[in-house]
Amino acid sequence: MAYSDKVVDHYNNPRNVGSLNKQEKEVGTGMVGAPECGDVMKLQIKVDEDSGVIEDAKFKTFGCGSAIASSSLATEWVKGKTVDEALTIKNTDIVRELSLPPVKIHCSVLAEDAIKAAVDDWKEKHGENGNNKTASGR
Amino acid sequence: MVQLPIYMDNHATTRVDPRVLEEMLPYFQGQFGNAASRNHQFGWDAEEAVGRARKQIASLINANPKEIIFTSGATESDNLALKGVAEMYAEKGNHIITCVTEHKAILDSAKHLEKSGSKITFLRVGENGLIDLDDLQNAITDKTILISIMAANNETGVLQDIAAIGRIARENGVLFHTDAVQAVGKIPVDVEEMNIDIASISAHKMYGPKGVGATYVRRRKPRVLLSPIIDGGGHERGMRSGTLNVPGIVGFGKAAELAETELAEESAHTFNLRERLRTTLEANLDEVFVNGDLERRVPGNLNMSFAYVEGESLLMGIDDIAVSSGSACTSASLEPSYVLKAMGVGDELAHTSIRFGVGRFNTTEEIDYVAKRVTETVQRLRDLSPLYEMAKEGIDLKTVKWAAD
Repeated sequence: MAYSDKVVDHYNNPRNVGSLNKQEKEVGTGMVGAPECGDVMKLQIKVDEDSGVIEDAKFKTFGCGSAIASSSLATEWVKGKTVDEALTIKNTDIVRELSLPPVKIHCSVLAEDAIKAAVDDWKEKHGENGNNKTASGR
Repeated sequence: MVQLPIYMDNHATTRVDPRVLEEMLPYFQGQFGNAASRNHQFGWDAEEAVGRARKQIASLINANPKEIIFTSGATESDNLALKGVAEMYAEKGNHIITCVTEHKAILDSAKHLEKSGSKITFLRVGENGLIDLDDLQNAITDKTILISIMAANNETGVLQDIAAIGRIARENGVLFHTDAVQAVGKIPVDVEEMNIDIASISAHKMYGPKGVGATYVRRRKPRVLLSPIIDGGGHERGMRSGTLNVPGIVGFGKAAELAETELAEESAHTFNLRERLRTTLEANLDEVFVNGDLERRVPGNLNMSFAYVEGESLLMGIDDIAVSSGSACTSASLEPSYVLKAMGVGDELAHTSIRFGVGRFNTTEEIDYVAKRVTETVQRLRDLSPLYEMAKEGIDLKTVKWAAD
């Protein structure tokens, strides 16, 4: 299978790789997928306490090139958005941006889920009810 | 300097040896006759060439040339063996014993026969990839007509104890077929010593051309007959009709001759390179695992799992090297390797497996380049892997409640 130039670019130069301290109150952590499925994404956001704007985002992904690219792109897109704006990012936007083939759509779904999970974790820390229970945050 | 890309996927197919190609070329042009044309020079030349190839192939496995039935390849040979025996020996019984790690050509043929009333036993394998010979013995009933167990596995290179299986089959009066595609030309295969009654062989796995294979069918003690699956002009002793692929067969013959004369030298070459690759990777990286028995294995095979790194992403990072992965993402079915699964390799490790197939044309320089590239890429992807990070923090990944579970 040939990869799109954008997938290759994110794979070779992943943006925002790393980890934030998940214990910190301003950090929200989402971990989705499972090793036996071949995909695990960890996406973290750091939210400015006053403005509610995501000022930093980091990811680590175990998965194929498309999964790495989807999560790398997701960190780029959430930065500068408020947490509620971040929730409007849809997997179809990721599919379009990266030209993912049908067989790789689940990678974009996982990235969307990772954003939601990170936002949920952050909201829980701030006394708001999250919707998606996630693997970690621990 | 190594020339890129590097081909190290020799279980999938092999490059045609230049000496093989040279032998084939005249049979496309000047000597293009049909081997079944009995009354002119063109036909005689073709028939003679086919006869020579039959001898070369028979010699490689210690068979009689008359016992070689040409086919289009090993998938056809496997189909012919199972379906041909099931139909020919239907009065004797309807039970076939095979194994869960066989090639799809065997598994799907067996499932096809199951639908039309055959009983199939699929033997399990241990962690090392080997069947238990007691299981085999215990599975035999008075209705058993065939045991079909592959000689070398196409993913792991694991070598079943073919001689012992042949002995059990012979003692119980059951026919023994082996899919010997990955073994012939790599290790000594002797149909007499191993009591093999039927064998599938392919040219393109041993530096011959694609589209040609053979079924070895024993003629004496016992005389084995197969119902054809392709009917027509009655070629190949009535077991496989169709005009013979003369240039392909000529190439197959030459490839067999080269494999026979160079077997010892070549298996030492591929073994040494395989071990150089394995030991280098094991020295460079932690948490790498060889899948399948390391001793009972074809010399050129290395099937290795690189924990915490998904196979397809690893292949993407070493895109100037041709190898295969047992990861789901590289298969059409989106399931990780059924062979590794049957050996008890967990899905999470099966997703991280890479199959290196070292062959005749690989060099030490190529091995060193591959080891270096794989090491760098695994390290880079582990820095990107949340699983590696968690493992390093001492978290047991098996105790984590995953969101997708």
